[in-house]
Amino acid sequence: MKQFDELSLLEIVDEVKDGDLIGIPADYSGVPMMFTKELIKKGVKDLKLYCLPLTTIQGDMLIGSGCVSEIEAAAVTLGEFGLAPRFSKAVEAGHILIKDSTCPALHAQLQATEKSVPFMPLRGVIGSDIQKYRKDWQVIENPMKCSGHKNEPILLLPAVQLDVLIFHAPCVDKNGNIQIGRRRELATLTHASKKVFVTTEKILDIDFFDNELSAATCLPALYVDGISVVENGAWPCALPGVYGQDNDEIKKYSIAAKTQKGFEEYMQNYLFN
Amino acid sequence: MIELKREELLISQLADLLVNDKHIAVGAASPIPGAAALLAKEEAKLQNNRIRVTILHSNKYNNFTDGARELFDCAAQGRIDTFFLGGVQIDGEANINLVGTGSYTKIQKRFPGSFGSALMYFVVPQIILFREEHSPRTLVDKVDFISAPGFSDENIYRPGGPKFLLTNRALFKFNKQKKRFCLLKIHNNESIENIIKLTGFKFDVDDKITNMSIPDQTRVDILRNKISYMVSEFYPEFADRIWGI
Repeated sequence: MKQFDELSLLEIVDEVKDGDLIGIPADYSGVPMMFTKELIKKGVKDLKLYCLPLTTIQGDMLIGSGCVSEIEAAAVTLGEFGLAPRFSKAVEAGHILIKDSTCPALHAQLQATEKSVPFMPLRGVIGSDIQKYRKDWQVIENPMKCSGHKNEPILLLPAVQLDVLIFHAPCVDKNGNIQIGRRRELATLTHASKKVFVTTEKILDIDFFDNELSAATCLPALYVDGISVVENGAWPCALPGVYGQDNDEIKKYSIAAKTQKGFEEYMQNYLFN
Repeated sequence: MIELKREELLISQLADLLVNDKHIAVGAASPIPGAAALLAKEEAKLQNNRIRVTILHSNKYNNFTDGARELFDCAAQGRIDTFFLGGVQIDGEANINLVGTGSYTKIQKRFPGSFGSALMYFVVPQIILFREEHSPRTLVDKVDFISAPGFSDENIYRPGGPKFLLTNRALFKFNKQKKRFCLLKIHNNESIENIIKLTGFKFDVDDKITNMSIPDQTRVDILRNKISYMVSEFYPEFADRIWGI
């Protein structure tokens, strides 16, 4: 029997339901843009984006298309190409709820789920307005007598489990093991998600576990619910080690999306041409 | 006299602050700090010293293999000496705001967000605040939102914090005891009076205030002939704009 489920892209899209808490990889981790395109076409609603720890064009497009009701992130930006325009406008207008966070907190909340513990402590953050507005976070005094400092206030973050995660990977082996290289945050996201789907450039007729190097840089198939081959699946975002970001396209988007009308024209072309 | 771009002068100012480091890390949207860190590393090599540099947005100039969380774990372990933070607003007590202007619940202009500042500011011994625009709207009396505070109560774990603030007009040093910036250097075309006028917070002026130091020919050569190409790997737009590569 085949050791993994090969799905069509639309079958993966169908796994995402209205209201889902969905994992969003950073621009350097393999953004599933082809998937995102189909998700927008489907007209999914009320998504809650959990960004690890930030999002660029993927989050901005989903927000601009009205698919998002809530986002938890440390940043939403187009990087060198400036602010994420649909995100900024949506927050200013109060159309989406933003749960402002900071990168290590977003990692730690998923790490708690990885370990199946109810919370994770984190240093720093105390005294910031991030902490002030996060009613789901708590500060306690360090209860340990043998570690840390006496009377030290420490921040506790709740464990967060994602409903679904989709990311794009360079390649998959014949048993469905996913090559993630050094992008280990994809493993963190995966471990903390109820369902995981991967789009990939290609499936190779080899076994990553035959070789120590490829074994160390793969995500085992046991965590993954389905795989779809989608060539150029991260475009216009980068796929680490395979292709770079299409700077011309991101620039084009950054200019068009400054207004809702420009965004809609851009999306009409992006989605249907 | 060498014709210098303003960005090159700023890279040179930052590189001067990095000479004693063992490990410098550079985060998002930071081409000038990235170039400065790589410049400091190249110059250290020539002196037979070793500086490690981790540029987060580079695949090549990056020491991490354990995913995006490694930067924060590494910093918390005390293995990063210098990190750079910016801000939509920076105030006189070195609080930084990367979130937006106006009241948080009814925000006027929304910016990207706090990134990792709320931990990095606490644990990295030398945080250099870098914001090119020097104006009353960026350097304010009080920030609208605190992404990360400039100082903390004594019982808070805080080995790190602000040391310097560099803008395209001036270099300040932060005095932790006084919770106040002190003006150290100004751009050649600037006067102290003008800096006072363009700064939204009050600050001290150092007795030995000088102009920003002009890099010598050797440094400029390293920057243009070597560092520029390295920067183009991770900030292509910037490298193209400054050096045409």
